[in-house]
Amino acid sequence: MMKTCWNRIRYVLTVLAVLSLSGCDWVLFDSKGAVGMAQRDLIILCTGLMMIVVVPAIFLAFYFPWRYRSTNKSATYEPDWSHSTKIEMVVWGIPVLIIAVLSVIVWKSTHDLDPYKPLDVPGEPIHIEVIATDWKWVFVYPDLGIATINQLNFPANRPLVFDITSNSTMNTFFIPQLGGQIYAMAGMRTKLHLIANEPGKFRGMSGNYSGNGFSKMNFIATATSEEDFNRWVTQVRSTAPMTFDFEAFKRVAQPSHGNAVVHFAKVEPGLFKKVIDQFIGVGENATPQVSRSAETAVEKKE
Amino acid sequence: MLGKLTWDAIPLHEPIIVVTLIGMVLGAIGLLAAVSYFKQWGTLWRDWFTTVDHKRIGIMYIIVALVMLVRGFADALLMRAQLAMAGPGSEGILPPEHYDQIFTAHGVIMIFFVATPFVVGLMNIIVPLQIGARDMAFPFLNAFSFWIFVVGAALMMLSLGLGEFAMTGWVAYPPLSGIEFSPGVGVDYYIWALQASGVGTLLTGVNMFITILRMRAPGMSLMKMPVFTWTVFVTSVIIIAAFPILTVALGALTLDRYLDFHFYTNSLGGNPMMYVNLVWAWGHPEVYILVLPAFGIFSEVTATFARKKLFGYTSMVGATVAIGLLSFVVWLHHFFTMGSGANVNAFFGIMTMFIAVPTGVKIFTWLFTMYKGRVEFSLPILWTIAFLVTFTIGGMTGVLLAIPGADFLLHNSLFLVAHFHNTIIAGALFGYFAGLNYWFPKVFGFKLNERMGRYSFWCWVIGFFLAFMPLYMLGFMGMTRRLNQHDNPAWEPYLHVALVGALFILAGIVFMLLQLYVSVRQRNQNRDLTGDPWNARTLEWATSSPPPFYNFATVPKVDSLDAFLEAKKRGLPAPPAEYEPIHMPRNTGVPFIVNVWILLLCFALIWHIWWLAAGSFVATIVTLIVRSYNEDTDYYVPAEEVKRIENAHLAAAAQEA
Repeated sequence: MMKTCWNRIRYVLTVLAVLSLSGCDWVLFDSKGAVGMAQRDLIILCTGLMMIVVVPAIFLAFYFPWRYRSTNKSATYEPDWSHSTKIEMVVWGIPVLIIAVLSVIVWKSTHDLDPYKPLDVPGEPIHIEVIATDWKWVFVYPDLGIATINQLNFPANRPLVFDITSNSTMNTFFIPQLGGQIYAMAGMRTKLHLIANEPGKFRGMSGNYSGNGFSKMNFIATATSEEDFNRWVTQVRSTAPMTFDFEAFKRVAQPSHGNAVVHFAKVEPGLFKKVIDQFIGVGENATPQVSRSAETAVEKKE
Repeated sequence: MLGKLTWDAIPLHEPIIVVTLIGMVLGAIGLLAAVSYFKQWGTLWRDWFTTVDHKRIGIMYIIVALVMLVRGFADALLMRAQLAMAGPGSEGILPPEHYDQIFTAHGVIMIFFVATPFVVGLMNIIVPLQIGARDMAFPFLNAFSFWIFVVGAALMMLSLGLGEFAMTGWVAYPPLSGIEFSPGVGVDYYIWALQASGVGTLLTGVNMFITILRMRAPGMSLMKMPVFTWTVFVTSVIIIAAFPILTVALGALTLDRYLDFHFYTNSLGGNPMMYVNLVWAWGHPEVYILVLPAFGIFSEVTATFARKKLFGYTSMVGATVAIGLLSFVVWLHHFFTMGSGANVNAFFGIMTMFIAVPTGVKIFTWLFTMYKGRVEFSLPILWTIAFLVTFTIGGMTGVLLAIPGADFLLHNSLFLVAHFHNTIIAGALFGYFAGLNYWFPKVFGFKLNERMGRYSFWCWVIGFFLAFMPLYMLGFMGMTRRLNQHDNPAWEPYLHVALVGALFILAGIVFMLLQLYVSVRQRNQNRDLTGDPWNARTLEWATSSPPPFYNFATVPKVDSLDAFLEAKKRGLPAPPAEYEPIHMPRNTGVPFIVNVWILLLCFALIWHIWWLAAGSFVATIVTLIVRSYNEDTDYYVPAEEVKRIENAHLAAAAQEA
C-alpha cells in the first residue's frame, strides 16, 4: 500500500468525506484505487489545516465591520491605532506555521505520489501503452500483443503501468476514480502508475483540450476479476487476425469524432516507440516528415 | 491582392454571429450618427483622440474595458447556456468549432481587454494624483500605450466578423496553436491582438515605474507613499519583467506559423513544452499584475471608510513586495502533470503555498484596519467585505491546487476554473468596482447612484456564488474544462444552477450600466464641489473634482503618510494670491495616427496581404520620424490662466457652501 504520513487518520477522514457528500456522484471522493484515495485524503487533510486560518478570517470579515459599524457609538474608536507587534506576530506567524506544516506534507506526498514511481503493491504489473490521437485513445497491451480503441480493461488489484504519448496535440490521460492525470505529448513518453482496488467501470477522458473532437474523447476503464480479464483478452484475440501495424495506426489516427470501441487481435511489436520516434527523427523515421499542414488544409476544405 | 481574405471569411452561416454583427453594425452607425448630429467630432478629436492627459486616457481605458466586459460576458453566457443544454443526448446550440472560439475569446477578452485596461485605467487616473504629480513621466508614450492597446481590442472585434478566432484555449498551447493543427487565421488574430495589447501594457509599466520613482511630490519618500501607489509600483516592476517573456513566446510562435520555424512543433526538434513554460513564466506574474492594484484599492477604501489609519503599513508594503518576488518562482504549478520529477514539483508547490502567507497577512491587515474603526457601509466598503469573504475561499482552493498530489486530480477540471474565477472576479474585479465607486466623484465631480450600485453589488455577489460554487463541486465530480458537450446526467443540475448564477451576474452588469446612466442624469443632485466627498486621506482628494488638467495649481508638500488627512488636521492653507506658470505637454494626434497604421499592419499580417503590411510598416516608421522633428511638444500655462481656473472653482465651491 502507498505509504503516506496520515495513514492512521485515513479512516476517520473517509467517514467524514462520505458523510458530508451526497453519495457517489462526487467521484473524486469515491476513489476506487489506492492512488486516488491517497490523493483524496491529501485534499481533505490540507483543506482541514487551512480551515485554521480561513474560518477566523471569514468570521472576522463579517464580525469586525458589523461590530465597528459607524452607527455603533458604544464600540471603541481609535483612529490612530495602526500598529501592534503582537497582532503582527500572529498574522505572520500562524500562516507561516501552517504553510511550514503543509510544506512537509507536500514534500512527502509529492514523492509518495510521484506518478512515475512504481506502486508498492504485490502482484504482476499490467503494462499498457496509451496513445492519444485526434480524438480517440489507442491502448496497446504489449505483453499480450493486443490493442483497442477507446476501451481499457484490466484486472482489479494488479498494479497498472501506463506509458503515455500522443500522435498529435497534447492531451491528458485521466481516470478520475483511480487517480490523477498525466499529459500525453507527441515525441515524448510519460508514465503513470495506477491500481483499481475493486472491480468496476470508471469514466476515462482527456483532461486537456486538444481540438474540436475533444469533448467526446472518452472511454470506459473496466476493472474485472482475473478470470473475466482473461476471457476478455481471448475475446479480443478472436477478432479478425489483422495485424495492427504502423500503417494501420496511421489510418486510425486520422481525425474523427466519438469513435466506437475497436479491438485488434495482433499488434506490431514496438508500435508505441515508432509513434514516438516519428517526431524525433530516429530509426526508420529519420528523414524529415512532410508537414501535415497541407493535408490538413485540404481536409478543411472538404 | 487581398491575401487569404475572401468573401467566405464572413461567417454568414452562423445565425448567432450574424445577429451579433447586425447589432454591432447598427450600434456603430447609430454612434457615428449621434456624434455627427451633436457636432461632437471636433471635441472628440481635440479632447480625447489627441489627448495626453493621464486622466482622460484613464477614462478611455475604462470605457473600453466596460464595452469589452459586455462582449466577454456575452461569451460567458453563451457557454453557460450551451453547457446547461448539451447534456446526454443533446448537442446544445453551439457546434464545437464555434464553442471553441467562444471560450478562447472569453478568456482572452476578460484578461487582456477587460481586467488589464480596467486596472491600467485606474492606475493612470489615480497614481499621478496620488503622488502629487501633474502628469505621467512620458505623456506621449502613455497615449501611445493606450492606442496600441485599442489596436488589440479592435482586432478582437474584427475577428468576430471577418474570419475566425483561435480555437485553442486562452493560452494557445502548441502544437494545437501551430500551423499544422490551426491553419486558419484564428491564432493569427490571437497573436497580433496579444502582441499589440502586450506592448501597450509593457510601455505603461515602464511609464508607471518612472513616474512613481521620479515624479513624487517633495517630501514623499518611498515609505510615505500611499499603499495603492506601492502596489502599482510593484505591479510595474512585474510588468517590466514579465511582459517581454510573453512577447518572445508569441514571437517564436509567429515564426513557427509564418516562416516554418520549429520552436514549438512536434517534429524537427521543436518542443511545445517550451512555450508552456514561457507562457506561464509570464502568465502567473500576470495574475498578480491584475490583483495587486486591487489590493491597493482595498487598502485605500478600508482606511477611508473605517475612518482609521491603515493597520500595519510596513507589513502591507513588505507583503506586496514579497508577492511580487514570489510570483516569478511559481509558474510550474500550471503543469505539474507534465511529468516533471517529484523534487521539481514539490519545489514549485511549496513556493506557491508561500504566496499564501503575504496574502493572508494582507487579509488580516484589512480586518484589523476595521477593528476599532467606524465603518461606513458605502459601496466601496461593501465590495471590500465581499472580497474578503470570497477571496479567502479562492486562496484556500489555490493552495489546494498548489499541492502536486491534489493537482493531479484537480488539474484542468472545473475546480480549477472555479478557482481562478474566484480570484480574478472576487479578487481583482471586485477591487476595480470598489475603485470605480470610490474614485468616480474625483474624476467626474459627482457621486455614483448608491441604490443602483447596491442592486448591482448584490446581483454580482449572489451570481458569483451561484455560478462558481457548482463548478467547484463539478470539479470534484470529475468534470473537466472546455467540454462542449457531455453525457453525465449527474452533472446537469449543477450546470443549471451555474447558468442561473450567470443570469444574476447579467443583472449585476445591467444595474451597473443603469447606475452610470442614472448618476449622469442626476449629476446635479450628487455634485461634489469640495473635491473630497469621502473625507479621505490621500493627495488625490486635495485638488478639485474633476481636477484641472494640470492636477495641482501648486505642488503639494508631503511630510507624512496620509498626507492630505494630516494637512486637513492642521488646517488647509488659504489659496495663494499668485500662481506660477505650469509646464505641460501638448496634445498630439501622432499616437492615434501611428496606431491606425499599426492596426493596418496587424490586419495585413493576419490575412497575408503583404503589400499592405509593407506599406503600413513604412507609414509607421515615417510618421514616427516626422514626429521626432517636432520640437514644439510642451508649453507653459500662464499664471493668469491658472488663477482664472482656480478662482472659478473656488467661487463655485463658495457658492455651494
